[in-house]
Amino acid sequence: MPVLEQPSEVLRQFCHGDIDAFEVLFRQHQSEVYGWIVRMVRDPATAEDLTVETFWRIYRAHARFDPSRNFGPWARCIATHAALDHLKTARPEIDLPDDLASPLLPNPAISEELRRKTAHAFRRLPAKLQVAATLALIEEQSQKDIANALGISTGAVKLRVFRALRLLRKELKRQGLEP
Amino acid sequence: MNEHDQKRIEQLLQKSLPPVSVQVGADLRRDLWPAMLQRIEARPASVPWFDWALLAAVAAWCAFFPGAIPVLLYHL
Repeated sequence: MPVLEQPSEVLRQFCHGDIDAFEVLFRQHQSEVYGWIVRMVRDPATAEDLTVETFWRIYRAHARFDPSRNFGPWARCIATHAALDHLKTARPEIDLPDDLASPLLPNPAISEELRRKTAHAFRRLPAKLQVAATLALIEEQSQKDIANALGISTGAVKLRVFRALRLLRKELKRQGLEP
Repeated sequence: MNEHDQKRIEQLLQKSLPPVSVQVGADLRRDLWPAMLQRIEARPASVPWFDWALLAAVAAWCAFFPGAIPVLLYHL
């Protein structure tokens, strides 16, 4: 087996800034990182950019990585923070493209206006609440995975989800919509 | 907000925003390594000379008038 096909050797070489080892890790984890990011930002093009941004941060932080730990959760944590940074700055302008929003309405009983306003109000929530609620309620990720990715406890994840729902309800009520 | 309200708003949210895997797919459609290489090989942005001059001026000002440092920090 070539040296760089041994996972521990790849991680050790990566820690020393070896570009070949970084490429091996990039190719192994790019799909997983992209899949995690697209669940938070909900836009494929943005998720691709943020995947590159995540690995750029990983590349710069190579010396801080402990090769005895798993690379995947570390990368996911950095990806989560890259997505959060993006949502904090770009959030108010983000709108779901029309082709994503309408055709997959799963329940015809819910009015288009209520659906649209709910989605809009949700995207205006603080980024850290929005991310926790998106991953927990929409993407149905485990609270443990979300907590690890955000670097907080599962209790804090539950609290963020609760606060997101409370704020969303308050905003919909303010707009005269009774969910 | 009681538990019933929480459930209702959860359901509304799930109906309004279906999972990404249902909408656009969560699978990566292209290899991002070329974009990554481009990012790594991009030369770091050089700092314009004017920024260095401004920094030197501020440093000199702080050295001659240390009392101005809190004022400067307040305005940052």
